Amino acid sequence: MKTLAAQALIAIALLLVLCPLAILGHRLKAIHALVYGAATLISIHLAGLGVMGLLDGDAIGSAGVTLPIGLPWLRAHFRFDALSALFLVVVNLGTTAASLYGIGYGGHLAHPNRVTPIYPLFLAGLNLTLLADDAFVFLIGWEFMSVSSWLLVLADHEKPENREAATTYLVMAVLGSFCLLGAFGVLAMNGEDYSFAAMRGAVLDTVEVTLLVGLVLIGAGSKAGVVPLHAWLPLAHPAAPSHVSALMSGVMTKVALYGLVRILFDLNRQADWEWGALLMLLGAATAVLGILYALMQTDIKRILAYSTVENVGVVLLGLGLALAFRASNEPALAALALAAGFYHVLNHAAMKTLLFLGAGAVAATTAERNIERLGGLIRLMPVTAVTFLIGSAAISALPPLNGFVSEWLILQTLFKAPSLPMWTMKFGAPVAGALLALSAALAAACFVRAFGIVFLGRARSPATLDARDPDPWMRAALILTAGLCLLLGILPVTVTSMLSDVSQSLIGVDLSESIIQGWPWLAPVSAARGSYSGTVVVASGLLMILVTAIVIKGFGTRKIRRAPAWDCGHVEDNPATQYTASSLAQPLRRVFGTSLFAAREQVEMPMPDEIAPARLSVRVIDPVWQGLYAPAIRAVDWLANRINRLQSLTVRRHLLLMFLTLMVMLVLAAIRRMLT
Amino acid sequence: MSAVWQILQALLCVALAPLLTGIVRWVKARLVGRRGASPIQPYRDLIRLLRKELVLAQDASWLFRAAPYLVFSLTWLAAAMVPAFTTNLLLIPAADLITLVALLGAARFFLALAGLDVGTSFGGIGTSREMMIASLAEPAMLMIVFTLSLLAGTTAPARIVDHVLAGGIGLEVSMGMALIALILVAIAENGRIPIDNPATHLELTMVHEAMVLEYSGRHLALIEAASMVRLLLYVSLLACIFAPWGISQSGKGEIGILIGLASYGAKIALGAVALGVFETAIAKMRVFRYADFLGGALLLAVLATIVLYVSEAV
Repeated sequence: MKTLAAQALIAIALLLVLCPLAILGHRLKAIHALVYGAATLISIHLAGLGVMGLLDGDAIGSAGVTLPIGLPWLRAHFRFDALSALFLVVVNLGTTAASLYGIGYGGHLAHPNRVTPIYPLFLAGLNLTLLADDAFVFLIGWEFMSVSSWLLVLADHEKPENREAATTYLVMAVLGSFCLLGAFGVLAMNGEDYSFAAMRGAVLDTVEVTLLVGLVLIGAGSKAGVVPLHAWLPLAHPAAPSHVSALMSGVMTKVALYGLVRILFDLNRQADWEWGALLMLLGAATAVLGILYALMQTDIKRILAYSTVENVGVVLLGLGLALAFRASNEPALAALALAAGFYHVLNHAAMKTLLFLGAGAVAATTAERNIERLGGLIRLMPVTAVTFLIGSAAISALPPLNGFVSEWLILQTLFKAPSLPMWTMKFGAPVAGALLALSAALAAACFVRAFGIVFLGRARSPATLDARDPDPWMRAALILTAGLCLLLGILPVTVTSMLSDVSQSLIGVDLSESIIQGWPWLAPVSAARGSYSGTVVVASGLLMILVTAIVIKGFGTRKIRRAPAWDCGHVEDNPATQYTASSLAQPLRRVFGTSLFAAREQVEMPMPDEIAPARLSVRVIDPVWQGLYAPAIRAVDWLANRINRLQSLTVRRHLLLMFLTLMVMLVLAAIRRMLT
Repeated sequence: MSAVWQILQALLCVALAPLLTGIVRWVKARLVGRRGASPIQPYRDLIRLLRKELVLAQDASWLFRAAPYLVFSLTWLAAAMVPAFTTNLLLIPAADLITLVALLGAARFFLALAGLDVGTSFGGIGTSREMMIASLAEPAMLMIVFTLSLLAGTTAPARIVDHVLAGGIGLEVSMGMALIALILVAIAENGRIPIDNPATHLELTMVHEAMVLEYSGRHLALIEAASMVRLLLYVSLLACIFAPWGISQSGKGEIGILIGLASYGAKIALGAVALGVFETAIAKMRVFRYADFLGGALLLAVLATIVLYVSEAV
């Protein structure tokens, strides 16, 4: 039997083959369904390999696969370990749902032939990054992922805002890869070569560790959408076709986090607790800012993209805690924090994929992404509404769904952080906890708003009147991911026992003593410290609903009369009198936005004798864009203008430049030789 | 035995909740010089609502009809998990304080959605304000849990009771701050004065009432009952964390249970009177002052955790 790594590589090769097939068959009408169908099967296979790896540690095998391609002195190394297995599951659960959705959706896009051939390449890039065992393969996979998703963002390039989003994305992606390249360079400088095995042996001094963590934070953080490097994300993710948005938000950000974990927890384990504290606070800030941004948006896909920023922050908080605990010799707590972060990774992949696919179904049938023009879809799109509701409740961290379990675990670990001796952690943990709790509460508000405005109430524009549920393939994808959100919430202990191997491989301690008090009790630190059981909560909750219903039905009258809404007596037929998304968010905008986003409301009231509409305009300024991106863009423009002059030099001057460069390099080399 | 006590506690929650609300109303009426309705009036109100025909808005979806059942059951479930007279309850290990907060959050989530379902402007205004209040009250509540977990080393309410009864927590400044913060949160979460007025029907000041404006008949009965159970829950929570004396611990036998029940009754009555006096003495706040009130609660709770280290270090 072939090793899991070899099987996974064959699956990735098959994905690569799908691309030319899609191009060759672009005239066939069925090609889209065929390609997405094949991608679905391959994704299921890859997810299955991941689950096998997680369930059976022996199946992984320590031997990697080396292929004679790539750099001649390095060749291409692949390896399949517990961490890759976990992320293979995360990634391929998302791609399974998105590909299934694509069977119905892919052929009906405005330009399907711009999407279908690139899509398998994107999947291949995502998977390749996870299997890489040297920096070269890792970066190839990473770039595959970036460039193919960039092309997918450009699928609808007729719209100028999409072109702009794609350009911003490309610039940030290049910056990210550049920093990751630097990070690997730092590791390789002290190891033998660019293979991960060699990098694990490298011992870095303090300056190099600082450089490494800084570069990884920028490189992986920009891809994941950590504030303040997030600004490209809410532009680029919504611009792609919905099933690709789902993958970019639900899955690609997770691969970025994988890069962070791989480097900081596996290749190099020297990062000190200060970095953990930084990550923790950065994560908390990202979570709150992300969800506050989401509350100010009216584009459904942009709301979801900003909510991704929030959830990446939550995961980052967990990872930061794990770093701090690891550096302070608390391996059991570090393993727990890491597992909590991974649990949230898994959960967010499921729920964000679900929500984006649901938003895609709404946008496809109504041709409308602005929630101010939607409404009342719960009656017209029952399946989409129920699944979107499950996703909304899950991402708002409501029990018994999956989002709650991971946030609960992260909070429980965070509550242990003050036991560390460092004052920064003692004071930082309550602050991070308050921010995390705030972000969870704001997420509930955000998704009450998103679901309530889109699916409840009355139709706000005629576009929504003949909305219909999507076709069976897309419905299947929605039901699959919604079921996953339920399962991951109801069976938390099953999930954590699968995560045990991963923390064993990264921290050296498994979760058995700290987390598993026997099914179904999830008791992270000890039974006396506080425990949770999704299974019991669901069972007793259902019992209580049943008792309530029986008592009410048996005791009261069953008479029902349908009548116009009461609304304190002044009912208005015009749907425009309903609360809008902007008015719903107004109190929160006043409380949080006035100082943070410089949100200002301006009322233009016409004079009594004037015939003019009254107008209320709201202005929200993104401080990150104003403070960081706009100056950066100006600086790049200025520099580019200066460098432009070099292009029109004479041949003689070009040669002079080359000569000078050579001289400088030689001098540098001479200095280095003298020093060593 | 824990199963029997659990069922008794669940029944007690539903049975006592209307009485608590009734006593609060009666105390308030007495304090302003009215004779006031009898404390058992809420029972009569609920039964009357149950028997009434249900008038459903034409645009109401299934969510609107399911929400009352969900809201009531989730609140009831949360209330059944707070040790009222004994810590020997079946569901104790299934949920800690964080879960409790989240269960109430889930109930609020569905109620807020129900407020938007019919598509009226009052429903929207209620939902909008409720979510603003929740987004400040919930973090404050979690920070109180944080403080308690640092003081008692656990987030499980039953274990906190054990810890306090064993004398594990002395006279702590943090505990006092957590108590004040929890009272502020309880006032906000239950829509009491000065945040919301449970007796108001003045459009511009309604929060909770605006959200449930479209409900009638048995649905309204469920929602009213849920609010009553939630009030009871917060009173029980305050009692079990800050005044756990009398609560029976496991292995204390039936006598312990009887003492627990008696002391629980006394605490509830005390809580009702205190709430009535407080509400009479204070005026309602403007909507946009809520942020100051709840931000204060949040800050107090964060400070409570930090003061803990400062007091340790000194």
